[in-house]
Amino acid sequence: MEIFLQQVVSGLATGGIYASLALALVMIYQATDVVNFAQGEMAMFATYLTWSMLNAGVPYWWAFLATVIVAFVGGILIQRIVVRPVENAPILTIVIVTLGLLVICNSVAGWIWSYVQKPFPSPFSARPLRLGNIVFGAHDLGEMGVTLLSLLLLFLFFRYTPLGLAMRAAAQNPVSSRLAGIRVSRMLALGWGLAAAFGAVAGMMVAPILTLEPNMMGGIQIYAFAAATLGGFTSPLGAVVGGFLVGVIENLVGTYVSFIGTELKLTVALATIIVVLLVRPSGLFGRVHVRRV
Amino acid sequence: MALLEVEGLEAFYGRTRILHGLSFALDEGGITTVLGANGAGKTTTLRAISAMVKTAGVIRFAGQRIDGRATEDIVGLRIAHVPEGRGTFVDLTVEENLRVGMYARRDRGEAVRDLDRVLGYFPILRERRRQVAGTLSGGEQQMLAISRALMLRPRLLLLDEPSLGLAPLVVREIFRILRAINREAGVTLLLVEQNAALALDLADHVFLLETGRVVVSGPSEVLKRDEAIRRSYLGY
Repeated sequence: MEIFLQQVVSGLATGGIYASLALALVMIYQATDVVNFAQGEMAMFATYLTWSMLNAGVPYWWAFLATVIVAFVGGILIQRIVVRPVENAPILTIVIVTLGLLVICNSVAGWIWSYVQKPFPSPFSARPLRLGNIVFGAHDLGEMGVTLLSLLLLFLFFRYTPLGLAMRAAAQNPVSSRLAGIRVSRMLALGWGLAAAFGAVAGMMVAPILTLEPNMMGGIQIYAFAAATLGGFTSPLGAVVGGFLVGVIENLVGTYVSFIGTELKLTVALATIIVVLLVRPSGLFGRVHVRRV
Repeated sequence: MALLEVEGLEAFYGRTRILHGLSFALDEGGITTVLGANGAGKTTTLRAISAMVKTAGVIRFAGQRIDGRATEDIVGLRIAHVPEGRGTFVDLTVEENLRVGMYARRDRGEAVRDLDRVLGYFPILRERRRQVAGTLSGGEQQMLAISRALMLRPRLLLLDEPSLGLAPLVVREIFRILRAINREAGVTLLLVEQNAALALDLADHVFLLETGRVVVSGPSEVLKRDEAIRRSYLGY
């Protein structure tokens, strides 16, 4: 029983990371109807910027804040320069563009900072907390808290601000949105900016665990896809719940199904994606399109 | 003075010219309807005013040139457009749809009061405020589309086939409300409508389009008695 609970707890910890990147994926999907395959790599790139600032002696939270802002602006620029020219192209074109972006971010990061792993500090204390015999890492708790806080911020933004509503409207029905005076193209850029900012937060939370290197987000990205698919690509809450679930499932299956162990864990994520798509394509919390014609 | 003046308006889809030098004017506070067969360019005329198609020619609104401006800027001048097919945001709630409609308003406080006023025209929408708009019936979605446009507090309201696919009783209700909106709020209406009999009853001015040109124009009282119009569009 103790082993089980400990595995659930560490599953939640890794799940929190999947959730934070899944949140960025869902964010961009909601705002622009595009699945961004480069989300993880953009996050990794942003984390390198934090690392450079920390190396230059900038205090952690200032570097954190600066990274979020730079990522936000960077996301907007990427949308304007790379994505916008293919905005009206078939979906496959856009997918290929984001895949290209993935490769570019990865290679450029490797070129600038090399492929040597770099330690990355956590802002949370190193001392683990104990509850009976179950151990909670302080960074794990902090990182889960950051994920939940991000979810709350996104929820409040989309639900209660005119700008959040305009972004949802623009993604859903661009023509009607323009007729309501919404500058759709600006909303799309804003969506990329916000997703990049949330992705950067995910990157900064991942790096202390995996150590920083250009391929850090590769696996995480697949888990985040599993999380977003499981929770529903149209629901930020779903993405977070999905993230935690995928983390726990992965850990439990790794522990109790002997032939899977740690080597085949990633397969669990892929299997989750396939099962969800077969059984419930809209995910646990996703909205099924209801429409009268 | 005319609220909207159109001179030599041409409109294009790609290289194909749909409107061939349209000219007309709308009086402030009036109701004008555009009649014409399918493909005559009725919808395109409305889309040209809202800058949703490429155009040439002059469009003046309240004395100001608006041709060549972006759709969003034209909306900012309080020209509202209820598009063909209603343009519902199907995943948003009824209230959220209406809030999208007030996006271009700078006077938030007034706009929130308008929400109440607009829902006063359509009590059914007030009941369904929290419901997802995609689950509304066709008639309710049309009411929602008109309400969304009204949230702009428009000076000019463009309506594209508000009766399309709706039951006669619902259509009559919607037209009754359109008249009320025109009278009470002084909104100028420009209406494209297949149902000519209904449109002629509502409108005080009519113009008839044929393949992208205005061929007849005049007060609806006069045109209702016109032999050719009666035969072609009223069917008796």
